[in-house]
Amino acid sequence: MADSKDFTAGVDSNAKKSPRRIVFITRRTSAQVKADTEDQVQTFPEVLFRSAVAVMVLATVLVWVALMFNAPLEGLADPSHTPNPAKAPWYFLGLQEMLHYFPPVVAGVLVPGLVVMALIIIPYFKVNIEADGLFLKDRQRRLQIFYVVALALSVFLLVFKVYAALVPTLIMAAVMLLASQSSPQSPSAFRRYLAARPLSYWVMTWFLFELVVLTAIGTFFRGPGWEFVWPWQG
Amino acid sequence: MAKTVDQYFDDLRGTRVWRSIFRSGTGSSTLKRALAIQQNVFLHLFSTKVRSRMLSFSATWYLGTLTLSTFLILVATGIPLMFYYHPSAPQAYADTKDLQFVVSSGLFLRNLHRWSAHAMVFLVFAHMFKVFYRGAYRSPREFNWVIGVILLLMTLLLSYTGYLLPWDQLAYWAITVGSNIASAVPVMGEKIHFLLLGGNAVNANALLRFYVLHCMILPLTAMFFVAIHFWRIRKDGGLYSHDSEPATVRATAPAAATPNAKEGQ
Repeated sequence: MADSKDFTAGVDSNAKKSPRRIVFITRRTSAQVKADTEDQVQTFPEVLFRSAVAVMVLATVLVWVALMFNAPLEGLADPSHTPNPAKAPWYFLGLQEMLHYFPPVVAGVLVPGLVVMALIIIPYFKVNIEADGLFLKDRQRRLQIFYVVALALSVFLLVFKVYAALVPTLIMAAVMLLASQSSPQSPSAFRRYLAARPLSYWVMTWFLFELVVLTAIGTFFRGPGWEFVWPWQG
Repeated sequence: MAKTVDQYFDDLRGTRVWRSIFRSGTGSSTLKRALAIQQNVFLHLFSTKVRSRMLSFSATWYLGTLTLSTFLILVATGIPLMFYYHPSAPQAYADTKDLQFVVSSGLFLRNLHRWSAHAMVFLVFAHMFKVFYRGAYRSPREFNWVIGVILLLMTLLLSYTGYLLPWDQLAYWAITVGSNIASAVPVMGEKIHFLLLGGNAVNANALLRFYVLHCMILPLTAMFFVAIHFWRIRKDGGLYSHDSEPATVRATAPAAATPNAKEGQ
């Protein structure tokens, strides 16, 4: 029978020398093959206990806030007396800020409608599922598209004098430009990170950036007549 | 020999009455703990087991749990607030004033309801961005992401309809500004505006409509979608299903963190 040498597998992958071979699978393709149980815990009591702690911490914070700060209550509603400025709830102030620049059908209907549509279709686009770095494949063409889109958007915002939205757009474009010049083999961890960001990441981050900036401006920097004011000029 | 509290509790859980209520019975075996989830009408929406990776704070920031807890606080404070509130103008404003100055703990109830509502809107947004940046919308969880977007809209509508109820200047003009946007919809704008407010301007009809939406229709609809949202987490392979992570993440995941493809019974 075979002598013991036949069983030293895993060291040598030369088929002629040792016919019993072990399959070497790279990590990237191993997900299907190595299907094994991941470390799991029981929902009861481990997860429920942690959730209960999270709930209690939040409840404590909110109770404390409710004890310290009173909810606003102004005078009786009076249709004949319009406050200046009349502001929507804070989560709509980004939209209200846009109403300042664009006609209602654009800022109030088209833009929110498109945002909701875009959010819904995110998981149904192959480019979002594969999630490769934006500029890694088909680099030249993608760079050209990026230049055209970034330029068109910037000019559009400049023409309508929407500086509040223009500045975040320019900052994002600059970061994306840096990403396009970064390689996945770069010695800098930050550059490697940028190079690996997919298209959906850039679009969503731009959206988040605009959302935060416009909401903050609408909340803190808009006074009577929707004129620019500093927060302390209240 | 004196019994400890734990022993009293064990005795209680062994009684016929207790066992008639909780079908899974007592015991701390893995089976009993699994049954405690699976045999409970509310908890059976969740998996009986969860990947330990998911439990780290950085994995989810517990944003889904926290959003749910704000919702529960809002239900718990909203119901007593309804006891003291008439949805008619201008009585609604007088009731809100009474809550502030006459009703015991009314001020606290209203404060907690208000701040929790703001917290919920914030947490829903935070939850959405966290899920997005984690890539957790990937197949097979596309539709649960869509349900999440619906829940975001439900949350905004809940907060928006509640905003009118105090019937003060702040409420009145915020809703006026917001509802005027509906008029901008091409062709049907004025019709939608009229349908929303029950008139051409914010008035007593609008208050009643917003009240019914805020206290009945929207919370029930939201609960319906929340139930589907939770149930789909289990059905789609649990939190942090390895299959749904991008190839780059899978490639760098620790070797121990390989998937169980048969998750989600």
